[in-house]
Amino acid sequence: MFADLPFIAAAILIIIGIATIVTQHHLIKMVMGLAVVEAGVNLLLVATGYREGGVAPIFTNAPSTEMVMPTVQAMTLTNIVIGIATTALLLSFVMIIYRKYGSADVRDMRRLKG
Amino acid sequence: MIWELLGAHAPALLLAIPMLGAFATPLLGRIGRTPRNLWILVITALTFVTSVVLAAEVYTTGPVIYTFGAMDPALALAGDSGGIPVRIIFNVDAMSAFMAVFASFVGMIAAVFSLPSGKMESGRDGYFALLLLLLVGILGMVCTGDLFNFFVFLEINSLAGAALVAYRIDKGVAVEAGMKYAFLSTLAGLLVLFAVGLLYGQYDSLNIAVIAGRMQFGFLDKVALALLLTGLAMKAGAVPMHFWTPDTYSMAPSAITAFLVVASQASLYGVFRVAFSLYGLTLNYVTVGWFIIILGVLSMFVGVSMAIPQKDVKRLMAYHAVSQTGYMLLGVGVGLAVLGDPAMMESFGLTAMEGGIFHIVNHAMYKGLLFLTAGAIFYQTGTRNLNKLGGLGHSMKWTMLFFVIGALAIAGIPPFNGFASKLMIYESVFAFNPALSIIAMVVSILTLASFVKVFHAIFMGPKQERYAEVKEVPAPMLAAMAILALLTVLMGIFPQQIVDIVISPAAGALVDQGSYIASVMGGL
Amino acid sequence: MALIETLYTGFGAWNPIIWLVSLVVALVIAWLIRSRGESARPTGAEAGKPYLSGNDAPSPEETHVGASNLYWGFTDALKGYYGRVVPLHTGILTDYVLWFIGVLALVIVMAGVL
Repeated sequence: MFADLPFIAAAILIIIGIATIVTQHHLIKMVMGLAVVEAGVNLLLVATGYREGGVAPIFTNAPSTEMVMPTVQAMTLTNIVIGIATTALLLSFVMIIYRKYGSADVRDMRRLKG
Repeated sequence: MIWELLGAHAPALLLAIPMLGAFATPLLGRIGRTPRNLWILVITALTFVTSVVLAAEVYTTGPVIYTFGAMDPALALAGDSGGIPVRIIFNVDAMSAFMAVFASFVGMIAAVFSLPSGKMESGRDGYFALLLLLLVGILGMVCTGDLFNFFVFLEINSLAGAALVAYRIDKGVAVEAGMKYAFLSTLAGLLVLFAVGLLYGQYDSLNIAVIAGRMQFGFLDKVALALLLTGLAMKAGAVPMHFWTPDTYSMAPSAITAFLVVASQASLYGVFRVAFSLYGLTLNYVTVGWFIIILGVLSMFVGVSMAIPQKDVKRLMAYHAVSQTGYMLLGVGVGLAVLGDPAMMESFGLTAMEGGIFHIVNHAMYKGLLFLTAGAIFYQTGTRNLNKLGGLGHSMKWTMLFFVIGALAIAGIPPFNGFASKLMIYESVFAFNPALSIIAMVVSILTLASFVKVFHAIFMGPKQERYAEVKEVPAPMLAAMAILALLTVLMGIFPQQIVDIVISPAAGALVDQGSYIASVMGGL
Repeated sequence: MALIETLYTGFGAWNPIIWLVSLVVALVIAWLIRSRGESARPTGAEAGKPYLSGNDAPSPEETHVGASNLYWGFTDALKGYYGRVVPLHTGILTDYVLWFIGVLALVIVMAGVL
């Protein structure tokens, strides 16, 4: 049970994020929901590489060969960087939309429809 | 010497050249307009040449494996890796090479069409840099044999695409379109990454071939399949997840729209790659095949019926892009539905897949052409509203000719290329299920009807006062359209050659999961 | 004629050469008919003007049949369909996300159950 806890937490984070996206109307809150989904995915990735009692995967002077998996950590780092880029882009879009439309409500952002 | 180097490292150069080009563009932009424009042309042309060199090798000697960071790029299983491929591997088979060639070609055309900037000179450096990055994203997606790498290129594709869509802020409306595109793409991308995490946790590898070889199709694999298929189908614009498509396509600059069509098709490639190469026969191919077929039929019908009442010319064409994607999904979906039955595969499954894949490249040509003509009209008149246009046939004769070619091709009128691929889809799908084939034909008729409307609204009628100043667009724009129009005609007159040389190997590469796995694992 | 081949679809065939020949024949017939027409036609300011019982012709902008006037019968006949489908394209991002999540849930159920 405790071994699965990170996975459950990851799933809960993703569900919270998606719920935020679909229930909130403020664009910045929606972007925050997206960031929560991203955090959940990152947690899943890191958790898959965890090993009970493992040390950091650095071979020089390693106290033991029980190491956590480095690949998923590299993936997580990459995803964090990508996440920063997307969040920055989305927030700058929100900023321009607020300036031009006078509102950051998703229900007002519908000049394109039909 | 240089050709050998190019040949040996083509998969890496395919990404390195446009990436270098993208980041150097702002620097050259500081020198001046002409050097920058020349730079863009050279870079896109070089990328195209590289993809052709790569494709030539793939089609003559078989799949090309390129391992990054290994002693020898061809060594997928290096001695220090313990029998499993640990490095990022590009696995370029006939399907990948085919996608790479026409993606880099359309990228080149989009760059040429973007050269005359009109009144919008500010920020052009960023525009071209993003255009090249979008090209990097597409090429990476279609060439990589690594799932995480696929996700990274998917994100590059989404980010560059969204920034380009919002490039002309246009009182905030273009930003709205970019926002919708970026938001949905990011969500889909994160779910794809979630699926990658699930697969990695089970099979200890990110390599598609390795995972395919070990695939158990347990519960988590089913969840991963659902996440991958839905996320990528959304990015490809399949109904009922297509809502972003008309918004995005209508607001992006026209050259970008023509290129975004290819970006969506890279996601479509992802759908096919996941279904055929990653899961293959282990998945319940009849159910998944029917799922893709139903998405395809819905896309065809809803797309075309929503196109008919549109007033914005690019929005109308965007709905047609949704509708045409349906044909590809239909053709390849039929192939997937009969994947496990060699007799049916032989009699019509392969033809349906060839039709679907042939339609991908045809669609990129004629839809790209149509979006470029829409861009040419917008460039001269400043409006996309069909109710305000009229009588332009007098002043924009070449644009009109190219529009007619594109419109006839999309409606599947012989001898243009749309007819050849649609004929293959109709006849093979008819053997599978006649009702689907009839829907496909009805959709083609409706497509023709709506393009008759567009043609009449834009070009017919006497010359109007308000467009008295309108003249033909600058030469680079005409050249870009002319090349696409010429290809549209040529591919319609020589369909069998193209199917034999390019399409059949691509369809074969998709179907043959065993050789995809063996190409990396060396028959282990 | 090896250059232009017949496209075999497994059930039927299509040869572009037949179409091209018939196109050329049609163009020749069109040219023949056209060449029999009156070569001398009036030129000048009055030449192209429509004759409307001596009244001034309305401007081309007014007489052009706009796009929204075409196919209104089609959309009117399919009012039941369009009345349902067009309002689905609300233009609100939340709805787009909901459709995506809904299809995802459907596929997970399909993949998990079947």
